Amino acid sequence: MSVGQQTTLYQKHLDAGAKMVDFSGWDMPINYGSQIEEHNQVRLAAGVFDVSHMTVIDVGGDDAEKYLRYLLANDVAKLDQVGRALYSAMLNHDAGILDDLIVYRMSFGYRLVVNCATRGKDIRWMIQNTDGFRVSLEEKPRLAILAVHGPESIGKVCEVVADSQATQIRELKSFRGIEMDSWFVARTGYTGEKGLEFIFPAEEAPELWEKLLAVGVLPIGLGARDTLRLEAGMNLYGHEMDESISPLASNMDQTIAYEPTDREFIGRPALIAHKHLYESGEVPKLVGLVLEGRGVLRKGQKLVTDKGEGVITSGSFSPTLKHSIALARIPISSQSCEVDLRGKLTGVRIVKPNFVRFGKKVFE
Amino acid sequence: MSNIPDELRYATSHEWIRIEDDGNASVGISDHAQDALGDIVFVELPEPGTSVNAKDEVAVVESVKAASDIYSPVSGSIIAINETLLDAPETVNSSPYENGWFFKIKVSDAAELEELMDTEGYSEHCEEE
Repeated sequence: MSVGQQTTLYQKHLDAGAKMVDFSGWDMPINYGSQIEEHNQVRLAAGVFDVSHMTVIDVGGDDAEKYLRYLLANDVAKLDQVGRALYSAMLNHDAGILDDLIVYRMSFGYRLVVNCATRGKDIRWMIQNTDGFRVSLEEKPRLAILAVHGPESIGKVCEVVADSQATQIRELKSFRGIEMDSWFVARTGYTGEKGLEFIFPAEEAPELWEKLLAVGVLPIGLGARDTLRLEAGMNLYGHEMDESISPLASNMDQTIAYEPTDREFIGRPALIAHKHLYESGEVPKLVGLVLEGRGVLRKGQKLVTDKGEGVITSGSFSPTLKHSIALARIPISSQSCEVDLRGKLTGVRIVKPNFVRFGKKVFE
Repeated sequence: MSNIPDELRYATSHEWIRIEDDGNASVGISDHAQDALGDIVFVELPEPGTSVNAKDEVAVVESVKAASDIYSPVSGSIIAINETLLDAPETVNSSPYENGWFFKIKVSDAAELEELMDTEGYSEHCEEE
């Protein structure tokens, strides 16, 4: 058995009964027994995820803002206060998606959290594009990331941190974070529930983990993280996005800052060309699919619509809705859709790619 | 370590079979199989009365993770199905050897039972996978 990289919570995961799997070279918990129970725990109460395998890169230097305004499709100039967060695609020159990430404005500059599976190529790309910018990039492998999500999450967190920290955490608004000594705490996440992400020294992670479990926050595996994000209609790199896919075909147009028009960013010219193709109906779109009967939609299943063919990019059983849902890429003006379910064509409903927010069904 | 009861026989594709007092056999999937699949969300069962051959695909389980075919360990005719699984598929996770049985089959060739694995053989098979 090959041993992957382990987070400082590895033993805590085993203690909690985790089934560990390889996750891009890391041994990570897929579940601690039942993925569905963990999913429901986050929708109904509070759960904690170890996502320390994700890569943190700090960006400093006089030109940090200028550099990131060139590197990213969204515009970090929108981050008008320290602590604010922004979701962005990082594009190549063809406007293919290299990665999706969160960027926080920090007192020292900016902090990026990028996907673990794309770490190497992201770092190479970021370094390659520093020419002409006075900028420093520093990977922070000694930081852990814990996500605490669910309707009770913030209350539970405030029970276990110092009173002064609790006061600051309670005041945080969505997509805002705060630096507290060596800790950074932000109201961001990947579940469609309210919650917090802690980015802090990895050696301190086991203590926070234990304190959270002691007040009834339950450990949640990466399996439930995937069904939670799917219900929330959030993209996953390698599924909805990759280098061959335009952000316009990944429901990411809203995350691209076209204004101001004089901001040059990597991929802009290609993206403008995509936009013309999109408007003439030549770029597919990302939609939600709902299968209310029996069966489960899965990534890779082929679709037939009244306008042509499509494919499921992510699919699963929705524990909240109790039927299958999927994200899928289909011709832009498709009205009807059938899926090839194990050789049998079955009708599915096309909806907006957003299924559950704050525990409730949100599509028509 | 998963639970592998002694009184059952096992197929390489992870089904178990139990000869009941009336001479017919019940079929389900092993504890190892349910654990590997994760939470089971749908089960498709064969029509009662269907004649099947050993290793025919006769049922399907869908878990949060994957869809998986269930093969009949022996030849015979399906005489009953466990309809509770249609509404409560999670029974396969919670009770794989008892309440989570899939179907009952009238065995047409008892010699086929000899080709299946016992506890020890199946335990080794799971470790090798």
